Amino acid sequence: MSAESKKLPMAGDLHETECCTVKEVTAAYADPGDANWVKGEFETAIGPVHRIATTLDRQDLTGSVKARWGVGRMNYSVAPGLYAVGNPNHLSAVLVSANYKLSFDYLRRELDGLDLWILVLDTQGINVWCAAGKGSFGTAELIRMVHQSRLGELISHRTLVLPQLAAPGVSAHQVRKEIGYKVVYGPVRAADIPAFLNTGNKADRTMRHPSFNLFDRLTLTPIELAALFKPVLLLTVFLFLLNLLSQLLSGGNFIPTLLLEQTFSDLAPFIISALIGTILVPALLPYIPGRALAWKGWVLGIAWALIYTTIIAAPAGWLQTTAYFLTLPVIPAFLGMNYTGSTTYTSLSGVVKEMNYALPLIIISASLGLTALIGTYFI
Amino acid sequence: MMKFRYLKNVVTLRLDQSKCNGCGMCTEVCPQQVYTIKDKMSHITDRDACLECSACARNCPQQAIYVRQGVGCAYAVLMDKLNIKGKCCGDACGCSLDNIPEH
Repeated sequence: MSAESKKLPMAGDLHETECCTVKEVTAAYADPGDANWVKGEFETAIGPVHRIATTLDRQDLTGSVKARWGVGRMNYSVAPGLYAVGNPNHLSAVLVSANYKLSFDYLRRELDGLDLWILVLDTQGINVWCAAGKGSFGTAELIRMVHQSRLGELISHRTLVLPQLAAPGVSAHQVRKEIGYKVVYGPVRAADIPAFLNTGNKADRTMRHPSFNLFDRLTLTPIELAALFKPVLLLTVFLFLLNLLSQLLSGGNFIPTLLLEQTFSDLAPFIISALIGTILVPALLPYIPGRALAWKGWVLGIAWALIYTTIIAAPAGWLQTTAYFLTLPVIPAFLGMNYTGSTTYTSLSGVVKEMNYALPLIIISASLGLTALIGTYFI
Repeated sequence: MMKFRYLKNVVTLRLDQSKCNGCGMCTEVCPQQVYTIKDKMSHITDRDACLECSACARNCPQQAIYVRQGVGCAYAVLMDKLNIKGKCCGDACGCSLDNIPEH
């Protein structure tokens, strides 16, 4: 991308000081800078529009991996505005997208060989579904962007294809009433878009239902694992201090290697508990009995406490057994409860109800369990 | 196609059939296939599958549907209860309960 185009104002950010001819020509112009996914410019009646690549390169892939692990995830966005795929004309379809880079990548890699327009809204770098729920992928933003991009001068039809999961934020009849555009909700998955467009904008039942298979359920696991780092570190310090104090009080010889060894072996059952909560609960979600997610986590946690106290740490004393039965299951229970935010099917009313039951029980169980655990070091 | 269902009888979804004209928009936008059109009228046939996303209510031209819109995320509810704003989780979610526009 040339340095010249970088100076051009971004759609949605026109400065009063800019010369009016620049304003005129670049109203539709998104400014992605020298982004790797821009493949030249496409000349239109209202000025050049960036043409985007329909394949992902190495930079896109490393970016995705980083975003999945939570590195710079909140800043992973695309400049809002109008883009071209292939050589679109006045009859070409218009797809509307969020400006979260991962959503954008998922969309464009499915569009190889197609000629169409893409209107990227400013959803503050947030994905379609969450942005729609939050309102940033909404009726007002859609109307604003249609005006700003001067899309109406490029197309002779008045149809916008939106991802179905944008429907919580956009009111189709209101858009029609206000600017005369027809909103058509396309498929949930970008992969179904070519089929949708080929059949005259028809989506069947499976295209309208977000899949939540094993892979989908584990998509957010890396983020959850990364979030465990701090609590695990805290627990390690806590267990180290308990072991240290216990050794000092017992008046025995102070052996640093033994102290570390003991700390990590004490830590292990809790790590396993956390992994059960972040990996096994999502993986086995449909197969664990019950509906509340905290319950599902607790069920697996109880199974783990049983295995740990009767087989791995056997023979465990009564206090130790009590401590493990009270502490180990609440970890996957809490993580299971938090997993509600990653699912495609939990309602706010349900989550509030679940939390009203689960949270007090988790707190009581964890407090009693920790007290018992501390006791095991001194009795 | 596997369909998950959360807790029974909790959602705030209401359909006023006297206003419904059977246009079928709710069946189109619902990601959980809660509705069925029968005899030119919409029926809630799988209520417990509803996730209160409010796509149906927002896109019903007859305003025949009511649901309290919300994101079913325990972390967001927890942060809201603790009065911690702006912290969130999920797939670049950024959802915060107080940011959800009133329907």
